[in-house]
Amino acid sequence: MTAAVFFGCAFIAFGPALALYIFTIATEPLRIIFLIIGAFFWLVSLLLSSLVWFLAGTITENKDGPVQKYLLMFGVLVSVFIQEVFRFGYYKILKAKRPSFPPLALRRRGYGFQTFSSLCSFIKASEGLKNISADETALSMRLLAYVSGLGFGIMSGVFSFVNTLSDSLGPGTVGIHGDSPQFFLVSAFMTLVIIMLHLFWGIVFFDGCEKKKWYALLLVLLTHLLVSTLTFINPHYGISLVSAYIIMVLMGIWAFFAAGGSCRSLKLCLLCQDKDFLLFSQRSR
Amino acid sequence: MLTFMASDSEEEVCDERTSLMSAESPTPRSCQEGRPGPEDGESAAPWRGQDGEEDHEEDPDHYVCSGVPGRPPGLEEELTLKYGAKHVIMLFVPVTLCMIVVVATIKSVRFYTEKNGQLIYTPFTEDTPSVGQRLLNSVLNTLIMISVIVVMTIFLVLLYKYRCYKFIHGWLIMSSLMLLFLFSYIYLGEVLKTYNVAMDYPTLFLTVWNFGAVGMVCIHWKGPLVLQQAYLIMISALMALVFIKYLPEWSAWVILGAISVYDLVAVLCPKGPLRMLVETAQERNEPIFPALIYSSAMVWTVGMAKLDPSSQGALQLPYDPEMGGVKLGLGDFIFYSVLVGKAAATGSGDWNTTLACFVAILIGLCLTLLLLAVFKKALPALPISITFGLVFYFSTDNLVRPFMDTLAFHQLYI
Repeated sequence: MTAAVFFGCAFIAFGPALALYIFTIATEPLRIIFLIIGAFFWLVSLLLSSLVWFLAGTITENKDGPVQKYLLMFGVLVSVFIQEVFRFGYYKILKAKRPSFPPLALRRRGYGFQTFSSLCSFIKASEGLKNISADETALSMRLLAYVSGLGFGIMSGVFSFVNTLSDSLGPGTVGIHGDSPQFFLVSAFMTLVIIMLHLFWGIVFFDGCEKKKWYALLLVLLTHLLVSTLTFINPHYGISLVSAYIIMVLMGIWAFFAAGGSCRSLKLCLLCQDKDFLLFSQRSR
Repeated sequence: MLTFMASDSEEEVCDERTSLMSAESPTPRSCQEGRPGPEDGESAAPWRGQDGEEDHEEDPDHYVCSGVPGRPPGLEEELTLKYGAKHVIMLFVPVTLCMIVVVATIKSVRFYTEKNGQLIYTPFTEDTPSVGQRLLNSVLNTLIMISVIVVMTIFLVLLYKYRCYKFIHGWLIMSSLMLLFLFSYIYLGEVLKTYNVAMDYPTLFLTVWNFGAVGMVCIHWKGPLVLQQAYLIMISALMALVFIKYLPEWSAWVILGAISVYDLVAVLCPKGPLRMLVETAQERNEPIFPALIYSSAMVWTVGMAKLDPSSQGALQLPYDPEMGGVKLGLGDFIFYSVLVGKAAATGSGDWNTTLACFVAILIGLCLTLLLLAVFKKALPALPISITFGLVFYFSTDNLVRPFMDTLAFHQLYI
């Protein structure tokens, strides 16, 4: 309950998202706007799910006991479902709003920068290829997938964690009534994993919608449900947190390949040789 | 009021575009020289802007270059979207900064959340036993406040119509003096009290004097643009804090709703005072009032070699065709910040409500700017944002907050 806990947990939970925002989104106004719109969509989905939970609560009228716990679980499941519906809705709106998306040749240039490797290459490329980008639309569907996933993630993380964070600045002793003393730390890590998961889910989801791979949508929904239901056992952090991270890594790998990355581009990025790669691919245009 | 000016200077694409501008005739909305963009900003002392500033008017210098030969139409659309997005962000940033200042003050300085009386414009108290009585009192307070605002606005419009410029300038100078000296002195005092920092009177005098004097110069005369923008944000925040402190709870919400309705009526109706003000200013080809409009760039008369000397306090730089800018009235800043500040003050320590209102207001502003790009005429900035803000405040406070609290208590994540 000190400043150290506050700053530590804040940076654990929001550090990567903040870095992603600063390096990839803050430079372009259009991306900021789509990020905020994505956050708004998540907010509306949360509103609807709270409404459903509230109505269910008033219908059952039983204020105590295990009914409340079951009601909460029902609320969580409904909320996950509504969030995915809103993600689909956002996809539909983005698709309708921009009827033309870049031709396949441009896409193969790896311009989508949702993954870290294409992120490095993109940042390096954006300087080098600036003069050639006149023909290219800067808003591919993959970019929008990344931005919307990040928007959903940031809003979700902030709403889950910011009240806990502000409480951590105040006086108190964690775990004095027998709860886990690692409450703040675990909450911070959980928030981080949720943010990253939303990001990867966004990419995979939009990619599935674009290529009509409906199993991708189903898998996103199922993994989201899985992660949320795992948190039901929550004082036993080992299972819920670790499996959430495993799912995040798997989704990350899927999102990497869905966004157009490949083992080769990853290797080149890590060896800092991707400038040549991009110049090469530009020549082969 | 929003003014889109000539394109900005980021990429090489822009160079092509501006060079194309001179080669071919722009769209029908091309600039009318000599008009540095109709600004708005009248109104009275404590209501430094809610009247004039909800006006949104697109400067006809907005070049929407469509159908340029040799360019794919999708790219053109994309460029327009990019420039529009840049203007949206140019307004997001100051609105966000103002809200951050207000929320930070509310959360840390307890003075602004303590009830210490009410303004004379809201004479009915809300400490009544029954809900109906409280509601009635807040509606009456709102009626009085709105009628004062309407009377002041009409008075200002009449003054402007009959060219009593000296009176108006004197009025504006008095009100900015009060804001920059008195309110900032009180603010500084409260902040020092909160953090238990001692400051001797000579230092205090120097600080307040410098702050106020530089502010007066920047706002009413000339100064660096960034400094002027910073001062405008600060005085909007100070004004919003005064409202948050002295408006009783229910009255504040009803007033917010009523003022967005008034804004809508005053700007869009043919006989609305704000519309008449803007039209009079347009007829006379002059800028209306300095210091009551936030402008994100300097005012240019596009295509003219000389600069308008009475442009609002901006540095006189040589004509740069790549400066772009938008304008938003200070009253909009004030009422957005009042909404978010009230959410922060009364949301029982809940940050979710504040954040939800913040996002809602930004989305409303985005939509308003979109409508502006579509309709290309003066638009009120308050209605959409305040409506979204109010809806999200009440629904988040009553529905989302219990849900999220319960989830956080059991450490469940959605």
